[in-house]
Amino acid sequence: MTDYLDPDTPASGAAGAAATVARETVQPRPARGKRVRVLSADLSAVGEPALWAFGGALALGLILIASFLAMVAWNGFTTFWPKPIAQVELRDGTLLAGEPTRANRFRPGEHVLAQLDDDQRAYIEANLGFADRTLFKTANFDLYGDDFRWVADFEMAEITYPMDFHLFERQQWGTFVGRVGGLVIDGEPRDFDYRLMQREQTAARQRFNEIRRIERRDIGALNHYIDRERLAIRRAELRYGEDSERAQALIAEAQANIASYEAQFAELQIRVNEIREHDRRYRVILEEVNGRTVDTELSQIVRFYPANALNWPQAMGIYLSRWWEFVSTEPREANTQGGVLPAIFGTVAMTLLMVVFVAPFGVITALYLREYAKQGRLTSIVRISVNNLAGVPSIVYGVFGLGFFVFVVGGGVDQMFFPESLPNPTFGKGGILWASLTLALLTVPVVIVATEEALSAVPRSMREGSLACGASKWQTIRHVVLPKALPGIMTGMILAMARGAGEVAPLMLVGVVKLAPALPVDGFFPFLHLDRSFMHLGFHIFDVGFQSRNSEAGKPMVFVTTLLLLALIVTMNATAITIRNRLKKKYAGGQF
Amino acid sequence: MTVAAHERTFEPTAYHIKKSPEGAALDISNFNLWYGKSQALHDINMEIQKGEVTALIGPSGCGKSTLLRCLNRMNDLIDDLRIAGQIKVDGFDIYGPGVDVIALRKRMGMVFQKPNPFAMSIYDNVVYPLRVDGITKKSILDETCERALRSAALWDEAKDRLKESALGMSGGQQQRLCIARGIASDPEVLLMDEPCSALDPIATAKIEELIDQLKGHYTIVIVTHNMQQAARVSDNTGFMYLGRLIEYGDTRTIFTTPKKTQTEDYVSGRFG
Ligand SMILES: Nc1ncnc2c1ncn2[C@@H]1O[C@H](COP(=O)(O)OP(=O)(O)OP(=O)(O)O)[C@@H](O)[C@H]1O
Ligand SMILES: [Mg+2]
Repeated sequence: MTDYLDPDTPASGAAGAAATVARETVQPRPARGKRVRVLSADLSAVGEPALWAFGGALALGLILIASFLAMVAWNGFTTFWPKPIAQVELRDGTLLAGEPTRANRFRPGEHVLAQLDDDQRAYIEANLGFADRTLFKTANFDLYGDDFRWVADFEMAEITYPMDFHLFERQQWGTFVGRVGGLVIDGEPRDFDYRLMQREQTAARQRFNEIRRIERRDIGALNHYIDRERLAIRRAELRYGEDSERAQALIAEAQANIASYEAQFAELQIRVNEIREHDRRYRVILEEVNGRTVDTELSQIVRFYPANALNWPQAMGIYLSRWWEFVSTEPREANTQGGVLPAIFGTVAMTLLMVVFVAPFGVITALYLREYAKQGRLTSIVRISVNNLAGVPSIVYGVFGLGFFVFVVGGGVDQMFFPESLPNPTFGKGGILWASLTLALLTVPVVIVATEEALSAVPRSMREGSLACGASKWQTIRHVVLPKALPGIMTGMILAMARGAGEVAPLMLVGVVKLAPALPVDGFFPFLHLDRSFMHLGFHIFDVGFQSRNSEAGKPMVFVTTLLLLALIVTMNATAITIRNRLKKKYAGGQF
Repeated sequence: MTVAAHERTFEPTAYHIKKSPEGAALDISNFNLWYGKSQALHDINMEIQKGEVTALIGPSGCGKSTLLRCLNRMNDLIDDLRIAGQIKVDGFDIYGPGVDVIALRKRMGMVFQKPNPFAMSIYDNVVYPLRVDGITKKSILDETCERALRSAALWDEAKDRLKESALGMSGGQQQRLCIARGIASDPEVLLMDEPCSALDPIATAKIEELIDQLKGHYTIVIVTHNMQQAARVSDNTGFMYLGRLIEYGDTRTIFTTPKKTQTEDYVSGRFG
């Protein structure tokens, strides 16, 4: 077979072609093998494309999270910075004043265009029919019936920033934008003087806080005592019968107490009225841009500042004082102003309570599942079910919490322990106890799964070492397995805490309210009132952003509150992580 | 390592009630064991003498650890394990019905093939067997800790870091710590699975010295791959091969005039 070397030989024909094919399929192999060796490894072996994909996915995730956080941070941190107040003269001659909040483009309707000048219309047409407009926070809700107003560029004649414009934050009716028309100090009309007004406003606020303190603390305490006596009467009636001597004696005693409390109450009332009377003699006349005035007590002004005449340190001072007010006071104006202290308190208290419930429950369940239960089909089913529980919509837990905890358990508790206050429910309504129990239920799968993982990661040799020392199974678990698994369990708790602190939907059914009359902790026995409803930052965000009379007014608060909630969760997690790392370090150390 | 550190012998203490002052006798008869379907021990018959040191030798995977772990029922933890036959401790069948496994294990100390200290301080590791016995008196714990650590040739290295985590020690230190833990509660029987495999020659010598001292008070069963060690420390030696006890008898006999050629080949290093 040498003729294939000569393709021209007609006799070789088909046989030659077949031989060529055969040689070609055999020959190239060594060559390819060599090349591969030179390149060291082919692409699929190196795994580079997979790495790029992972990296890309990670980068995408990070970018999304980072931009979300940046948006929240930007909006949250800038909200409290004092903005200038613009005075806008409109083409129809009227004036308007307010903080420019944001601008966008819009397409004016036909009838609007018809009323415009030729050059303006030409300008809009050159812009493909779009015009610019600005949203002004005009405030003065009591005068205008609205807080915001859109003004199109073509409506404006002139924008100025008058130095005498002030922004007033009021106890009621929200902010006011305008000038000071005049002061009344102790009944005497006075001309406006910034220093004087500031001094008098501080004094007026002190009076205001004094009234509030009497009403909240002293009168609140009296109300509490009177309620207690009333309940005592009711209890005596229920227990000994209405007409029995015993009951009569107790009732008489209670009524005497009530009478004395009511006397004190009247005294306090008189004192409050005196302060109010005095307070009414200090007033301020606020004048909006078109000259309409509002006459109000000076104590109603929470904060005021000349928005266009601020230097940098002054602006900073206002900024910080607003933050302080935000984190340290109660909300006002349907939650769109003031602070969120009760919500911060409620969120933290509820999350901690939830941890108190979920930790033992989850850990014990996981211990039983992993260490004691016979590993078979049934345990697998239980384990899978627990994992699936994590996927149940949280609102379903809310419904369960309402139906089971609030109505069944809470109703039962009321029947048994608080019959005297019925038909008013004590525990038979939403409260912080039921909310944290509901959240504990919601987050328990996380804890169980994490704990099981941590337990199974404890090396078998360690358990054997303990058993060989004559330790019982429980001693082994208690002294050897649990300490070793603790960091892993803590990780589960951290995840559960983060999930629980950010959850809102189920809480709306089991105890969160828009405005709680009292904190769950106060100075009256038993100090921790687990039956009380509470406020929550997550719900606050929802309420301010979507439920308030004016969502535009609530919008900045949404970001600020979100920022605060994030900060709170980060703080709680950081604390937990620090504890965990300390635990880890305690037992860690390089092997060998 | 100073000699002074080791001058005190390991005396049984009063708080631990011993049933027999010179250890317990173990009697293994017709013992078989299966991991699932595969049989790991075949018909083992072996009488382990009270107060003596018995070495188990044999090539890797022949079932030495398995047999040792049966003596304190450590294999109970393994699912799918089946046994047949008897193991008696002082005439008492440990696989019989109603046996208190915890009480049995309290009579035996064990040192495992791989060091397995707990995630606690060195001190807590050593006194762990006493703690689970309910002993809380600090003076007893302190004393036991020091003595056990001295016996395990670890005191000098550990005395300044008793409160530190045991997991921060080196592998050899961890193994000596486990030895200290194994003898802390004065068991009657000491089961050692290659206790010196991670140790340097000096520490090994110390452990062998310890074994010598414990002889008489304890019954010791030691698994070892080191022929010289077996010859040095043990009174009796059992040679195992493929799950069978090929030959068992006086150490000198096994190493000088074994009856089976397999034994001779192994101890003379011709296979293994
Ligand atoms: N938990 C287990 N499950 C199944 N098989 C096992 C288990 N433990 C040991 N075996 C098997 O039993 C046999 C004996 O193992 P064993 O650990 O007793 O050997 P050994 O003599 O101690 O070996 P080495 O000297 O290497 O430690 C081996 O074949 C091993 O594979
Ligand atoms: Mg072994």
